Amino acid sequence: MTQDELRKVVLATLLLIAPEVEVDELRVDKPLRNQVDLDSMDWLNFLLGLHEKLVVDIPEADYAKLVTLNDVLGYLGARVR
Amino acid sequence: MLEFKLPSIGSDMDEGKLLEWKIKPGDRVKKGQVVAIVDTSKAAVDVEIWFDGMVHELLIEPGETIPVGTVLATLLAPGEKAGAPPAGRRKVSPAARKHAEALGIDVDSLVGRGPGGAVTLADVDAAAAQRSPAKPAAVSDRQAEMRKAIAAAMSRSKREIPHYYLSEAIAMERAQAWLSEANAGRPITGRLLMAALQLKAVALALKKYPEMNGFFRDGAFQPVAAAHIGVAISMRQGGLIAPAIHDVGEKSLDEVMRDLADLVKRARAGSLKSSEMSDPTITVTNLGEQGVEAVYGVIYPPQVALVGFGRIAPRPWVDAVGGLCVAPVLTASLAADHRVSDGHRGALFLAELRDWLQQPEKL
Repeated sequence: MTQDELRKVVLATLLLIAPEVEVDELRVDKPLRNQVDLDSMDWLNFLLGLHEKLVVDIPEADYAKLVTLNDVLGYLGARVR
Repeated sequence: MLEFKLPSIGSDMDEGKLLEWKIKPGDRVKKGQVVAIVDTSKAAVDVEIWFDGMVHELLIEPGETIPVGTVLATLLAPGEKAGAPPAGRRKVSPAARKHAEALGIDVDSLVGRGPGGAVTLADVDAAAAQRSPAKPAAVSDRQAEMRKAIAAAMSRSKREIPHYYLSEAIAMERAQAWLSEANAGRPITGRLLMAALQLKAVALALKKYPEMNGFFRDGAFQPVAAAHIGVAISMRQGGLIAPAIHDVGEKSLDEVMRDLADLVKRARAGSLKSSEMSDPTITVTNLGEQGVEAVYGVIYPPQVALVGFGRIAPRPWVDAVGGLCVAPVLTASLAADHRVSDGHRGALFLAELRDWLQQPEKL
């Protein structure tokens, strides 16, 4: 999967949880949960969605590494075939 | 003959618009079955029936707005024989039948308002006029309606309920450590959120302090044994809704978590059930995720208490032996109805809640 395809999957999953998000306005290098109103249930559902689409397991201990959209893309990029 | 009436779907709803029937004359229905979809000021709700029976006649057409308590349909009790025309077979005036055929309307789907429930020409005309299918309110209408409903319920609450407010800072070190360890061994599909622990702890504390759980109606408190906890869920487009998770005290943490996830999903998708909307016995609100330290809520009538949770954040803390340390701390608050309980009992309830959160393995 290319980085571009991965990005599409991640954004599509985010939009399922938060349909009001303007994707073009998201800053990839700023904390995601400051830009999008995601509570812990939304966050869990976002990661669940990614897990289902990409078959990547994301241990809870790794949540702290996933702050910005770039973090998420980097983390998944290293684990997705 | 049984009468199925539009149930109350929360204290801030006194009417609803029938969107769709899920049953027709002759159908057998079971208690708990969803039989109709009704649009309320807050959401389209799946209305469940509360008895078994066979549908005799549908009295209200989709598109009609009716007050709570209106008879929507008549049913035959199990074993009961229809005295009047058998279900499904209708009295239809010949002119009405001909007219309906010309318009392509199924006369069996019509409500007859003629003598003896016969379908008349006027009924067919009325149905033809209403033919554009009933639709749920548009998003902007819904938002305006929801604002109005919240305004009405909260104004009533502040007018009628003498609130008192208490709060307690609770060390969450143990609960957090327990949760991290529990989740480390779980696949992402089975992970718990702190919210599940909080809900269960509230339910267990209610067992000891039942005067926080139930309804104040007709000048008296009616306690409820089971904790049906209304969970305040904010809608992404604004407004909120607080449907219930039933019997939280009797469920495992996994069950509470599964029900919570399901409820949030359905609340946002707009497919809540009437029983979830009508019977919360207490409400829990959690605004900690938005970063506030504490929340002092407004009780949702006819309930008599509301528990609020703020953010879990590191704060200076004095430990059991008097040493100063930094610990994750949660502020839990109680807003309760002074007609039913006093601050002393409220304080004991919060202490009980705090104690449960110190023993996460027992939740």
